[in-house]
Amino acid sequence: MGARIRGGLTLDANKTRSTRLALRAATVPERLILPLDQHAGAPSRPIVQPGDAVLLGQPIAEPQGDISAWLHSPVSGTILSSPPPPAGEGQGGGDGGTAAPHPNLPPQAGEGARSIVIANDGRDARYAQSPVDYPSLSAADLRAHIARGGIVGLGGATFPTAAKLARSADVDGIHLLLNGAECEPWISCDDMLMRERAADVVFGARILKHATGATQCTIAIEDDVPQAEAALRSALRETNDIAISIQRDIYPAGGERQLILAITGREVPSDGLPADIGIVVQNVGTAAAAARWIRDGEPLISRIVTVTGAGVSEPANLEVRLGTPVASLIADCGGYVADVQQLIMGGSMMGQALTSDQLPVVKAMNCIIAATAADLQPRGAEMPCIRCGDCAQVCPATLLPQQLHWHAQAGDLANLERYGLMDCIECGCCDYVCPSQIPLTQRFREAKPALLATLRARRDATTARAHYEARGDRLQRIEQEQRTRLEEKRRHLAGRKS
Amino acid sequence: MKFPTASAPHTVAPHVAPKGVARVMRLVIYALLPATALHVVVFGPGILVQMTLGIATALATEAVALRLRRQPLRPFLTDGSAIITAMLIALCLPPLAPWWLIASGTAFAIVIAKHLYGGLGSNPFNPAMVGYAVLLVSFPTHLSRWLAPDVAGLQTIDIPFMDTLHAILMGHLPDALRWDAITSPTPLGAIKLASGRTLEEAVASPIFGPFGGRGWDWINFGIAAGGVWLLALRIIRWHTPVAMLTGLMLPAAFMYAIDPGTYPGPLFHLTAGATLLGAFFIATDPTSSATSDQGKLVYGAGIGLVTYVIRTWGSHADGVAFAVLLMNLAVPLIDRYTIPRIYGHER
Amino acid sequence: MVAALLITAAFAACLGLVLLWLPATQRREDILAERINELLPQTQCRRCTFDGCLPYATAIARGEAGIDQCPPGGDTTAAALATLLRRERRAVDPQYGVMPVYPAVAVIDETTCIGCTKCIQACPVDAIVGGSKFMHTVIAADCTGCELCIPPCPVDCIDMRPAPAGMQQFPPLMAAR
Repeated sequence: MGARIRGGLTLDANKTRSTRLALRAATVPERLILPLDQHAGAPSRPIVQPGDAVLLGQPIAEPQGDISAWLHSPVSGTILSSPPPPAGEGQGGGDGGTAAPHPNLPPQAGEGARSIVIANDGRDARYAQSPVDYPSLSAADLRAHIARGGIVGLGGATFPTAAKLARSADVDGIHLLLNGAECEPWISCDDMLMRERAADVVFGARILKHATGATQCTIAIEDDVPQAEAALRSALRETNDIAISIQRDIYPAGGERQLILAITGREVPSDGLPADIGIVVQNVGTAAAAARWIRDGEPLISRIVTVTGAGVSEPANLEVRLGTPVASLIADCGGYVADVQQLIMGGSMMGQALTSDQLPVVKAMNCIIAATAADLQPRGAEMPCIRCGDCAQVCPATLLPQQLHWHAQAGDLANLERYGLMDCIECGCCDYVCPSQIPLTQRFREAKPALLATLRARRDATTARAHYEARGDRLQRIEQEQRTRLEEKRRHLAGRKS
Repeated sequence: MKFPTASAPHTVAPHVAPKGVARVMRLVIYALLPATALHVVVFGPGILVQMTLGIATALATEAVALRLRRQPLRPFLTDGSAIITAMLIALCLPPLAPWWLIASGTAFAIVIAKHLYGGLGSNPFNPAMVGYAVLLVSFPTHLSRWLAPDVAGLQTIDIPFMDTLHAILMGHLPDALRWDAITSPTPLGAIKLASGRTLEEAVASPIFGPFGGRGWDWINFGIAAGGVWLLALRIIRWHTPVAMLTGLMLPAAFMYAIDPGTYPGPLFHLTAGATLLGAFFIATDPTSSATSDQGKLVYGAGIGLVTYVIRTWGSHADGVAFAVLLMNLAVPLIDRYTIPRIYGHER
Repeated sequence: MVAALLITAAFAACLGLVLLWLPATQRREDILAERINELLPQTQCRRCTFDGCLPYATAIARGEAGIDQCPPGGDTTAAALATLLRRERRAVDPQYGVMPVYPAVAVIDETTCIGCTKCIQACPVDAIVGGSKFMHTVIAADCTGCELCIPPCPVDCIDMRPAPAGMQQFPPLMAAR
């Protein structure tokens, strides 16, 4: 049923380094920093004041708008600072009224104005939240409850889970895919989660299945995680409501659109969503988080983070409270042992470089690589494109990156659209193999806003034109009808006179 | 602690860093070495002199062109692309051709065909074939003076290395040698000039062996070996060579089936002239060829077909160079109609 | 000689027949007006003095209007029109109005609105909803920022506000291809 994804790379996964030690809890720091924009969509709005006492799991910020998320206190303690609500109404937040380009990145300022800072009292006193018997809830009520848990997609995109599930509400026969195909090098947090908490994943899968009304559920994993597979199989024992699908370890097999193609053989339309073809994809970590919220009443206040790279002495996976500074995780893993060239949040292919280790762990942070010179192959000097086409061979979206690059350099929006710039998933495969060492992904990222603005303008103009023309037609029709009615009346009157 | 910022991806493939272009070119140069060595065995050391002259000219003109274009010298002089251009032209020239032939051809290729169009990666035409085509139309006599292969007793005269050097550098043969005595028609030339004789009689000449021209078969074997090696390394992909050989051999087989007395068969075309050199080393030049896999199939097939037409009905013995240049012209059109279907798009 | 002439004539005749066979459904002027209309921002604001983008496009096609009368399209649209019509480039004439620097949409102050429906009748793109004697509201996503609803309002309850993020209205259109 599935189809082979096109392109892709077989990469040195570097995952075994961080899976030698068992999953353990990270040190909880004395002060936690919680950015308000650690999910896709509008930032949360604080509902606490400095000086307020909070309990572990107590809500501290509420969502603004449809696509936003709750935020909860990861510890019990006192609010040290909380940003005042934005001055103007309607604009949401951020500086200058525009959304930050990378909503998932911790603000580079560290504890900037847009974060809540909490002093930990070390007691971990819990906020009362009773478990929920989810099968008794309707799908819509369950989704609303999931939203209150602050659950967002933990695969990296941090899209609010309830909002994503709601998109499939009107679709029948949903196929729920749980994404455990952790294709990006270095990251092993999902592997570790499935090994040690397979029951949570399976329980969460059933919750999400209920919340979407899905008729089919598949957990997708790669062929390089045999222990996770065994754990899942033992957790699923004697049930057949959830299938396991083993994918070849190819980057980016875990990309949402690639995974859907690999498992169902269908492609998500370029301008559509998975829900349009009856599919919902959720990360296994998201499922486990939903399980803890529904079963234990614990909202999303912690996540598993892979801490790895030759820059730390004991790479491991840690269960980390949100808001913990990265430096604290590094210390938990033995501290810096070598000259660290780069600190990367995420994997080596799509991760973001962090400028400071004082930044806090956020919901999006699946991995920290303290990378030494030996861990990463630095790019050489850029040469002109020789059109070798290696980039097109590895592109999972079957684009022609060499042509896109050419048109991006020229700022040729018409051709960028023709060659499908907006279908680029920024996986970095083309960069990785380019003999000319061209930073293709970065160029594409930079070229997208201009094209997007143009496409939006054209879409809006088309809508406006359609409305204008429909209105013209309607006015004409009304006038015609009035004239006909008038004439009929006259004829009627004339007939009566004679 | 503070760390530098950077844009993802944060790592590149070990084989492309730090100088991926130079690696590609270096491997192509290596792949040309077996054919060059066999060339020495069959035609004597002339090719080595030609390559030395060609490479020197290529690097010198490349340096001048880069300086004039205010480009950095080091990365582009060391990328190896100019060396490949010179080697390909040298492989197309007769081993005793005068020095100014390879020098002017290479200089033309580098300055006009490469740098006037923007240098590495921007040339719409294959520079080596532009250089060779210019020589072919300007000095046809010099380009027809191929030595008799030194195999199966075809070459009766021993040409010492000093005489080779003399012939190339002075532009004429030493007094002891005569062109008539040491040259022999190439297989394609022999067929083209077979006026008044049937194909069968022409092929009965001792210059033909079971695999096309004697001596040429060895060199072609070397070229094919290098080409297959490049395929295995994924430096080139199969689409262009396979399409070109198919585009050449299908019409050859068709015409041969109609009239075997007039038209040579597909196997003859496979090993004749620059077929294999074209298929593996010239048509596969990425810069001047079509972009997508489908485009490469169309482009390669076009080269094969045009080559067959020129060889069979044209006035030149071989047509690979002109076919490549003509299809280079068609690349923008081919590219326009062979964009692969993008994920999530209908077509 | 004669044969050559005949062959050429026959060839020309064949081409002529092909041209005849090609449908000539639309007049040249209409085709041009349509191509001009595609370059206009479809704000339907009437700043150009015509009743909408299509009437303005038709006027340009007939040579009755200049290419410098579209403030929402700005200099980009003017340049695209100049390219299409092979005319000299020129900036938009400020006599036709100046656009705010940010993309804007109309917002109705719902506490003041008396439900007179005058703005609904004025809106060229049906972006205002509401019934008689009932409060009206603007569908921000459909509002083009034309400002035509402001003058008819008897209680002056309509204001222009910056468009919500992610719904930038009409940045300069793509230049003519």
